[in-house]
Amino acid sequence: MEKQWFTISVYSENNVGLLNRISGIFLKRHINIESLNVSKSEIDEVSKFTIVVHTTERWVNNIVGQIEKQIEIIRAFYHTDEETIYQESALFKIASNLLFDERRIQNIIKDNNSQIVTVARDFFVIAKSGRRNEIDEMYEQLKPFGIMQFVRSGRISVSKEVMQISALLNEFQEH
Amino acid sequence: METVKEKKKAPKKTTTIKITGAEAIIHCLLAEGVDLLYGYPGGAIMPVYDELYKFQDKLTHILTRHEQGATHAAQGYARVTGKVGVAMATSGPGATNLVTGLADAQIDSTPMVCITGQVPRHLLGSDAFQETDIIGISTPVTKWNYQITTASEIAEIMAKAFYIAKSGRPGPVLVDITKNAQFEEFEFSYEPCKGVRSYNPVPKPDKNAIASAAELINKAKKPLIVWGQGVILGKAEAQLKAFVEKCGIPAAWTILGASALDTDHPLNVGMVGMHGNYGPNVLTNECDLLVAIGMRFDDRVTGSLDTYAKQAKVIHFEIDPAEIDKNVKAAVAVLGDSKETLELLLPLVHKNTHEAWHNKFKEKYQIEFDEVIKNDIHPTKEGLTMGEVIEEINLASKNKAVIVTDVGQHQMIACRYAKFKQSKSSITSGGLGTMGFALPAAIGAKMGAMDREVVAIIGDGGYQMTIQELGVIFQHQVPVKIVVLNNDHLGMVRQWQELFFDKRYASTVMVNPDFVKIAEGYHIEAKRVSERKNLKAGVQEMIASDMPYFLEVKVEKEANVFPMIPSGASVSDIRLK
Repeated sequence: MEKQWFTISVYSENNVGLLNRISGIFLKRHINIESLNVSKSEIDEVSKFTIVVHTTERWVNNIVGQIEKQIEIIRAFYHTDEETIYQESALFKIASNLLFDERRIQNIIKDNNSQIVTVARDFFVIAKSGRRNEIDEMYEQLKPFGIMQFVRSGRISVSKEVMQISALLNEFQEH
Repeated sequence: METVKEKKKAPKKTTTIKITGAEAIIHCLLAEGVDLLYGYPGGAIMPVYDELYKFQDKLTHILTRHEQGATHAAQGYARVTGKVGVAMATSGPGATNLVTGLADAQIDSTPMVCITGQVPRHLLGSDAFQETDIIGISTPVTKWNYQITTASEIAEIMAKAFYIAKSGRPGPVLVDITKNAQFEEFEFSYEPCKGVRSYNPVPKPDKNAIASAAELINKAKKPLIVWGQGVILGKAEAQLKAFVEKCGIPAAWTILGASALDTDHPLNVGMVGMHGNYGPNVLTNECDLLVAIGMRFDDRVTGSLDTYAKQAKVIHFEIDPAEIDKNVKAAVAVLGDSKETLELLLPLVHKNTHEAWHNKFKEKYQIEFDEVIKNDIHPTKEGLTMGEVIEEINLASKNKAVIVTDVGQHQMIACRYAKFKQSKSSITSGGLGTMGFALPAAIGAKMGAMDREVVAIIGDGGYQMTIQELGVIFQHQVPVKIVVLNNDHLGMVRQWQELFFDKRYASTVMVNPDFVKIAEGYHIEAKRVSERKNLKAGVQEMIASDMPYFLEVKVEKEANVFPMIPSGASVSDIRLK
């Protein structure tokens, strides 16, 4: 079975220690977490973990089964890239003088559909959201000018199909 | 007549009193029906021990000699009773000493609640004396764990702990309680937990899946049942027997499934796995249908997965959805409680006998008997065999004993040759293979079934890992029978060294103390048997005793356990020598 990218979406109670329990499942199987994002979900008081792994379908299926088995996990799903809409966000911190001296930087910002989120005396910050390769490209374009700081978030994603969780949650609400 | 509606309206029976967290813990245990627990006191759990002192007429605490012993005793108790075993320890080293027992209970699905003391909340994270992150440490080896930092959480969390430990696929739960929470006073009321919204312990059986299973079973020409502990945990022994008998299907068991069906039942064809019986292993690769019930296709059962039952369709009866297709792909997966699903299956399957197919198992048994069993049980050579000792125990106990085994050669021999007439009679560390398990587990098993004979069968290696629990047997006069099969070696490792490491016997020779004297030091009656002529009388005397009793049998030093599926080989490549 070939390795590919999978996005695992985990709906859970919001409890201390749950992240440790989930990450331990990957650790036990010696599988690296490529990116991780924890946020609120579309359901009140339910958290959502978005985890990206590069592995085989057999393993992702095994992992999702083990995650779902944990007491405070409500449901877990996995999807291929084709089955999801996904993106990441990045911040670039650049010296302010370049914004005025280098016209090319302004073009890079425009061409990449990114925004300047703040301008200070010494630096300015560009925010870019998109696919990882788009962010990587922009990084390469800005690199020659000197990047003071760079950070990229974990992947966030929504599935194209309905996440089969709503019915279950309605049941919860009735209780 | 009482209607459902009236039941709902009935006032909830809760009483509210103001007590300390420590006392609340005792009330929670009592409310859960606990009357016996094992543990070891220390600084961070002292308030609870102070309450145990006050409640000693209602709740018996057994002081084990090591916290690991407390967990195994709780496991032995749980395995023999089907109830939740309880172990208690202090923070730091007390808590970390529970880890092996937790891991064992996790992999063998044993219901257990462990309670640990923790440093006061304001000291958490300060590297305080005996502070350890037991929640972090125990996470991978618990079904659930939780740290209580305020007394008001105690009732709800304790109720949840017991519910989670015993429901669905059972497992160990650890509750860590900071010392301040033990001292705090609060309004206590207790309600048993009835459910956790994110946790579905028993999947609802799918009638279509059961119908498909029945269809495959009715069509099969060479079906084989392999059952595991799920039958015992699901209390489905009668349903298994009815199914086996109605369909006339040969049935084999995993090591943890032992005793769910009488050993002497004509359709019981023995144990599968690395040192299991020849017939069920070889014929796994000839059957056309494999009906797996409450088992998880452990690698010690399947050998190489690439060559495991590839010709067969597989039906998997299982309570844990994560086990489906984990190791072996199922043509039909029947999720749910084994008792419930087998009951639904029974009316759909046709009465049948698979005589010619069953005869194949008998033929294979004859081969195994001639090559292995005869020499194990009725040896003609000088040295005593482990097999003949087990046979004498069968005879003396009339196959009625609870057999508790440790890990290694003696375990495989005991599980191969011990005979059972009653379920929950074989207690062993299966998944984790924890040496040192048997002695404390036998204490728990005996205390959980005082009316039954409990015989611990242990090797000289594993015995010395928890030998200090003789102290418990002596102090509380727990009438367990301890049989050490002493070959002065770590026998199983030695066997592997002989077979797979060109006889390089690295660190497997044991220079042992005088075990009889050690037992006598604890005032336990003790005998040693070194010759065949004394064996029968020695075993009979032990079984006849109604006191704790220690029997050392000096067995052949360099004997091997066969049959054997070499690690990573196919079940059909099982070796008879």
